[in-house]
Amino acid sequence: MTQVTQTELFPGVRLTAVHTEKFKSCMLGVRLLAPMAAETASLNALVPQVLRRGTARHPDMEALSAALDDLYGGSIEPLVRKKGETQCVGFTGSFLDDAYAPGGEPLLERAAGLMGDLLLRPALEGGTFRPDYVEGEKQNLLSAIRAQINDKRQYAQTRLLEEMCAGEPFGIDRLGSEERAGAITGAALWTQYQALLRDAWIELYYCGSAPLERVKSALSAALDGLPVSDSRIRPARPAEPAAPSASRLAEEALDVTQGKLALGFRTGSAAWDGDYPAMALFNAVYGGTTTSKLFMNVRERLSLCYYASSGLMKYKGILMVSSGVEFDKFQAARDEILAQLRACQEGNFDDQELEGARRSVVSTLMTTLDAQSRLEDYWLGQAAAGLTESPEELARRVEAVTRAQVEAAARKAVLDTVYFLKGKEA
Amino acid sequence: MVKQQYPRLGERVYHARLENGLHIYVDQKPGFQKSYAFFATNYGGMDLRFKLDGAWQDTPAGVAHFLEHKMFDTEDGNALQDLAANGASPNAFTSSAITGYYFESTRRFEENLRILLSFVSVPWFTQESVDKEQGIIGQEIQMIEDDPEWRVFMSLLEGLYERHPIRVSVAGSRASIAQITADTLYACHRAFYCPANMVLCVAGDVDPEQVCRIAREVLPHGSGQAIERSCGADEPETAARPLQTMEMEVSTPIFQLGFKADPAPMGEERLRRQLMGELGLEALLGTSSPLYARLYGAGLINSSFGYGYEAYPGCAFLAAGGESRDPEAVRDAVLAEAGRLAREGIDGALWQRLKKAAYGSRVRGLNSFEFICVQLAQSHFAGVDYLRFPEVFDGIEKSDVEDCLRRWMAPERAALAVVRPAGAGGRP
Repeated sequence: MTQVTQTELFPGVRLTAVHTEKFKSCMLGVRLLAPMAAETASLNALVPQVLRRGTARHPDMEALSAALDDLYGGSIEPLVRKKGETQCVGFTGSFLDDAYAPGGEPLLERAAGLMGDLLLRPALEGGTFRPDYVEGEKQNLLSAIRAQINDKRQYAQTRLLEEMCAGEPFGIDRLGSEERAGAITGAALWTQYQALLRDAWIELYYCGSAPLERVKSALSAALDGLPVSDSRIRPARPAEPAAPSASRLAEEALDVTQGKLALGFRTGSAAWDGDYPAMALFNAVYGGTTTSKLFMNVRERLSLCYYASSGLMKYKGILMVSSGVEFDKFQAARDEILAQLRACQEGNFDDQELEGARRSVVSTLMTTLDAQSRLEDYWLGQAAAGLTESPEELARRVEAVTRAQVEAAARKAVLDTVYFLKGKEA
Repeated sequence: MVKQQYPRLGERVYHARLENGLHIYVDQKPGFQKSYAFFATNYGGMDLRFKLDGAWQDTPAGVAHFLEHKMFDTEDGNALQDLAANGASPNAFTSSAITGYYFESTRRFEENLRILLSFVSVPWFTQESVDKEQGIIGQEIQMIEDDPEWRVFMSLLEGLYERHPIRVSVAGSRASIAQITADTLYACHRAFYCPANMVLCVAGDVDPEQVCRIAREVLPHGSGQAIERSCGADEPETAARPLQTMEMEVSTPIFQLGFKADPAPMGEERLRRQLMGELGLEALLGTSSPLYARLYGAGLINSSFGYGYEAYPGCAFLAAGGESRDPEAVRDAVLAEAGRLAREGIDGALWQRLKKAAYGSRVRGLNSFEFICVQLAQSHFAGVDYLRFPEVFDGIEKSDVEDCLRRWMAPERAALAVVRPAGAGGRP
């Protein structure tokens, strides 16, 4: 049986613990939550990367890797995610569950201790971050930002959101910008790190077989030294502005053989809105599955593209359509994508399409319970939005959505921005 | 069915061989919401030449993958839609060695299993639908050709191999798939999609006997003929082309550095080689190795760096790659370190830790139903029981891995493939 407990360990420091015995591993998370802002995004994104280079006790990567190897190949990965307009930075770790450790040696306390060290007791030089670590990770961050262009599908989606949400915190990339990242100094990074430890809302996470009390004491011990603060800022929900009266078009030319088309819609319905389950179901009917309108028509019937799908930015109230098209089919693909939206709005979908979509949404929610990393990400999103609804509870609400509610949700989707990535010679 | 317990892993697998020759494995996983079924044929992108009805056939590159796309078509419509309508998430993939069809679902498992077994075993192609698919796959080929990660990996394989079909793209080219007709597909289906050449692997909270019953009902009773195939003349031990470079729209150079290993025999030795290859890579350039720390510290590699050992019929290789501002410097450092390890051996304490880590990581991999089923299927085709990896691990000594390092990770077996930013010219 899976059991979820949410407790406040210290003021502004919360723990979500999922008790289950079905996995071979346990998962730990330490996440600092801060408002997404242009000034701090790159700094915050850099903090876990620099911390991951070494602790006072394990001052370099070789020593850290050795410690992880001793925990039977445990992993601790830096985490930088955007949930709504909250930037989440920190670490997730995956370790062999005690039940499978040869000889039954307890691993949880040592794993938690290592996470705590990474967050609170970094390798220092002259009372601040080691300059070589800062410089190395700064270069890695810059490469990561520049490398976003390598995956054209993802790049088109990022560029769409940047254009569509210019001026909103949501338009800021999770890694910030090349310009801001390039300007980071060791002193600024150290100051921001101290600010995060003092002011950031902290979400801890555990999923595994250990009883709650043992998890609480392992994490409390690991976080000994964390500043006690009553000024931790609870994450806020983003604004959901309406689309402009006429949609915008942004185009860009790169050396590619296939075009990428991305369309952004405002829905006015995010995870905390009462009609969110209907919105999720509408998205599935429209483009969320392989039985959806977009897949069946744009790809299969008309062969206008290799892929066409839609997805929700759950914590912002945005629907995004993403498609790979040949350059000369841009117009036809865009028109068909919009025609299929009208079909949803007018209720032109049969019961089979609706029920197929419902099964898909419910199944995706229920299988979240079977995958530790998806479950961790789900609960982090909920925490950032101040929600406590579990995947099972949300699934139950999706089961109850009516056809009329789906049509109503579809009518709320208004086109805001179209982004088209075309070839240079086109 | 025969029940096999793996107490060290907490796994329980039921196995049966049906009258028609199909092997079935069911890993029973209580407490999970989903069930996963994987139905695979021992036929992939590299199986271009084979003997059917006594005569050797040469087929164009991309047939296995084309077949994978078209198998979802049924006389009544499309199986993808039938499965999706049940809330199942179906999909398929073609690798160089196998083609696998699978679904994951949280309800109506038995109905979904029937659909899966039926559409994979009953071909239904028309020339019209084949012509249309040529357009769709043509676009897919274009899309992967824009993917620098894919391009650099293919380039590595071309660098390592003179003629082994592993170097042929699984999807083929626009020109090669233009030669595919409905008849090609029917012939290859008949050759490779017979029960004796396939395996069914299931993971989930399901009744194993029921899985067998459904397979007996749905699948053909005949076993089909054993398929002889050829991957060409023997390969030399050395790499064909030590350096291949190209330019693409990327921000930082990306690279793959490979070593040509000895082809692995069938049976438990295959799994042993796999584990030794991985341990060798860990010792040489893994995240805990001294070399990794040095390269990372010098900014020559970053967290995109990854590595692995892969074995296919007739070939096996080790590959490591990622982004680097200077791939040649990475290669030189790896070769130098391989030389040092060949002379001095692996540090004893490092060896103990690496073995511990590799073991734990493999156990954690068993969280994934997909991973379990794909491993069970591939291991079945290789003639080995995958879940015996703890015992195989126990038998590997430091000197075994040092021997692999000495033999495989030699300069003449190495090839480097690099994709540089367009317009950047030569070496930075």
